[in-house]
Amino acid sequence: MAEQGVAQVWRRIRAMYRIEGNKCETCGTHFFPPRPVCPECRRKGKLENYTFKGLGSIYTFSIVRQAPDDFKRQMPYVVAQVELDEGTRLTTQIVNVDPEDVEIGMRVRACFRKIKEFGHSGIIVYGYKFEPVMKVTGHKQ
Amino acid sequence: MSNRVAIAGVGMSKFGELWDKNLRDITLEAGMYTIFDAGVPGSDIDGMVIGNMSAGRFTGQEHLGAQAVDLSGLGDIPAYSVEAACASGGAAVRHAYMSIKSGEHDVMLVLGSEKMSDVNQTEAMNTISVASDWEWEGMFGATFPALYAFMARRHMMEYGTTEEHLALPTVKNHANAAHNEFAQFQRAVPIEVVMRSGMLADPLRVLHSAPITDGAAGLVMCREDLVKKYTDTPIFIESSAQRTDTLALHDRKSITTFNSVVSSTKSALQEASLELKDIDVLELHDSFSIGEIMLTEDVGIAKKGEGCKALEEGITEIGGKFPVNPSGGLKARGHPIGATGVAQIVELVLQLRGDADKRQVDGAEKGLAVNIGGTGATSIVHIVGR
Ligand SMILES: [Zn+2]
Repeated sequence: MAEQGVAQVWRRIRAMYRIEGNKCETCGTHFFPPRPVCPECRRKGKLENYTFKGLGSIYTFSIVRQAPDDFKRQMPYVVAQVELDEGTRLTTQIVNVDPEDVEIGMRVRACFRKIKEFGHSGIIVYGYKFEPVMKVTGHKQ
Repeated sequence: MSNRVAIAGVGMSKFGELWDKNLRDITLEAGMYTIFDAGVPGSDIDGMVIGNMSAGRFTGQEHLGAQAVDLSGLGDIPAYSVEAACASGGAAVRHAYMSIKSGEHDVMLVLGSEKMSDVNQTEAMNTISVASDWEWEGMFGATFPALYAFMARRHMMEYGTTEEHLALPTVKNHANAAHNEFAQFQRAVPIEVVMRSGMLADPLRVLHSAPITDGAAGLVMCREDLVKKYTDTPIFIESSAQRTDTLALHDRKSITTFNSVVSSTKSALQEASLELKDIDVLELHDSFSIGEIMLTEDVGIAKKGEGCKALEEGITEIGGKFPVNPSGGLKARGHPIGATGVAQIVELVLQLRGDADKRQVDGAEKGLAVNIGGTGATSIVHIVGR
């Protein structure tokens, strides 16, 4: 299947490894993943690369208890929409936390992890997951 | 309006896990029932369109348009295949509507079909996930139920929706499907059973979710001036509207409303010169129970945040002011992805003709269907009337 292609993952690694998106200099909106066109400004938009700080808060979340084989070994795992401090949201796993302790509004920061393996002999995909700021700094904020 | 598009006949296959039937069998079954019901000679049909999401992954077969025309024995008429994820069926209906309106076609066979039970659970889950943003949601572990769980969690926080509320659409829709001989689950389920069912993605449980289903459904659509030749009980498409939202759920300002549904419903009502109060029966896309709650709000039956109240008060039951999913909906009739949007119109036609037996909404004259793709990136609304 297409989603097991090495190239399909490789060409996205700057975004997946570093949370590199872009920012429209015309209206100031940040985008992740990077957008080819600013939907507000369109041809008047001016998109520049932007690497996100990787800090944000949980906007919504779920605990996944039935997943495809690629994720079975991680179950149950927390997946969430994180609202980055720059204002855009992304979808990611939350790790280094007891799933029962996760709540909306929890401060989180990006970490680098293995996302999944495409079967026994398939490629291993790396990228961002998020963990509670509390676990790293000892402070909730 | 004199150039309306009419529905001459409807049909569907049994919905369920049909181990003894393949994609061809169910598609042909629905097609044959539809043509017989319409009383249209095959030689009058000048075009065919089929809605399907992912036969290539579910069965290994693509090019379904040609396949359907070939096995129906319809000769060399043009065959179209359209895809809009879970809204593929609605897209097929709209494709035929536009084709007939434009004058390009006069009489069309519309099919929707999906054979889902031939693949294992992993393949089924991954295939359903490609209806959302695979690279930025599915790839990171957000299963399709998890995305709807995101909406449910926010709806609970923003509006005080409870776990009991999440069970209400399931209980209602199963009770309705008990009277639908084509439905996958023709039995009622008590609320305790729904609330104890296995957790898929907190807070969503197995019985909050539409099942894996094989099935197909069909319509014969034609020009208004031709339909009298075929049937004494024609139904008309009063309007058709479609809108688009971001592919990824995380790109939306709010995830407790489907903007695409709000705008397409408004547009459909306007085009038909109707108000919501004129609608007698609705089929809403309840792939997850939170979806039906949000759609109840987004089409305007209830104010935002009060969808559960409408369910509690029985407003959306058969006999209520706005009956929703008398067929059993996606939850209990079943959700063969590409067939769903067509099956919704089949149900509305039966209701408007007075052919819905024990689940009949008395005196229904206007019906509205909302078929959504992915997590709401596509919304297709049809209003039908007699
Ligand atoms: Zn801009």
